[in-house]
Amino acid sequence: MLKRTPLYGAHLERGGKLIEFGGWEMPVYYTSIVEEHQAVRNAAGLFDISHMGEVIVSGIAAEEFLNAALTNDVRKLAPGQGHYTLMCNERGGVIDDLYAYRMNANDFLLIINASRIEADMAWLELRNAGRADVKNASEDYGAVAVQGPAVQEFIDVAFPSASCGGTEVKRPSDLKKNQVGVFIHDFCAIYIARTGYTGEDGFEVVVPAAKLESVWKGLLAAGQSHGLKPCGLGARDTLRTEVCYPLYGHELDEQTTPIEAGLGSFVALEKGAFVGREALARQKTGGVGKRCVAFQMTGKSAPPRPGYPIWSSGPDGKRIGRVVSGTQSPSLSLGIGMGYVEPDYARVGGSLEIEIRGRRAPATVVKKPIYRKPV
Amino acid sequence: MVNIPDDLKYTKSHEWVRVNEGTATVGISDHAQAELTDVVFVELPAVGRSVKAGEAVAVVESVKTASDIYSPVSGEITAVNQAVVDDPALVNREPYANGWFYRIKLSSAGEVDLLLSAQDYAAQIGRQQA
Repeated sequence: MLKRTPLYGAHLERGGKLIEFGGWEMPVYYTSIVEEHQAVRNAAGLFDISHMGEVIVSGIAAEEFLNAALTNDVRKLAPGQGHYTLMCNERGGVIDDLYAYRMNANDFLLIINASRIEADMAWLELRNAGRADVKNASEDYGAVAVQGPAVQEFIDVAFPSASCGGTEVKRPSDLKKNQVGVFIHDFCAIYIARTGYTGEDGFEVVVPAAKLESVWKGLLAAGQSHGLKPCGLGARDTLRTEVCYPLYGHELDEQTTPIEAGLGSFVALEKGAFVGREALARQKTGGVGKRCVAFQMTGKSAPPRPGYPIWSSGPDGKRIGRVVSGTQSPSLSLGIGMGYVEPDYARVGGSLEIEIRGRRAPATVVKKPIYRKPV
Repeated sequence: MVNIPDDLKYTKSHEWVRVNEGTATVGISDHAQAELTDVVFVELPAVGRSVKAGEAVAVVESVKTASDIYSPVSGEITAVNQAVVDDPALVNREPYANGWFYRIKLSSAGEVDLLLSAQDYAAQIGRQQA
């Protein structure tokens, strides 16, 4: 039985096409992936991200515990700030990638992947051994992401109040990137963070499950005249692929390290002991066996897809890796993707070949992100 | 509302067939294009290729996925529609007209009678949605 978010009824009402994702029944699109993608790039889009997990870590030992459990340095976070970080095993393999917010000196909120909630909780509890209070609050909360350049024009209409916790602001639009505030909405405390997974400005709003539908409808009403569209996971995937944000199960898994994935800037080797540090430090100095590259198809071709083999180019080409994410880029109108290749072939500007249904099509390694906003 | 013209024959896998003097034109149904949304790539068979009914002969790709197109009938491919290769969104805009995929000279005319009528196809996609 697939799990349903508090917005299941709202998705059906809007004609959402539902698919299975990480054990959840989620909308893949409402009208079309391309339309929803363009809405986010040009105006605004609203996503149900209630499938994602929320973990609350608190107590006097919370900071020390999280710094031993996660790769980034949580001591750098002031109350009301968040950052991207990873949870690794002893070999440096990624158990999950997540966002960690510090709400107070001794209170943290972790936003984790839907498909990893059980694995993360088991691992956190094992590592914690009762020092900090670790609570899986995933069933209590739902969440939405509202993303796009127009969002700052209507976010305060949907949430017309000053914060009462986290970063102190008069209104949500005063939050800066990676800041989080607690706001009162309909007599309930909600979290609003200026973060997202699309490469656009925007906010993620974490709300007690019972209040989520009113937040969803409030945002749709506030954003209507600004071109806000409800968006499904299809657009979420094309948007994040264009800006090369990793997706667990594609770029990341327990056999892949953050260094191989190109996420070394979120690994604070200098902060002291944490799980996976030795393995990651060895890779940082000694090198890696595979590297995650971004690529785009050189000419007209079928879109690359996860699992397609990657070959070095030329008549004596050999198999050097495999695609982990791939799609037709709605912004660039060409095939784009990410894949793992032998490090010798990871140079930006280098040629690759992607095997598509038995034939090889030329591609070029490009700098991340693949898509940059025109200035 | 999904468009299912009465004068065409259909398959369970959502292809349509229009027969004219021993040659069939093949495409995908309005329902199929609506399910796919945003067709971005079409790969068609070579002219002259002999195919059997039920054989995967073409590929249509949306942003999200690649789907095989199965030939509803057996015969020899006599023409392919270069316009949908150049502008794949034609499949979304005009699935029964300029969005056709290929023409095939029937080797076994009786096969057409085994395909679904518009009414049967409508009933089938109705069941699928229920």
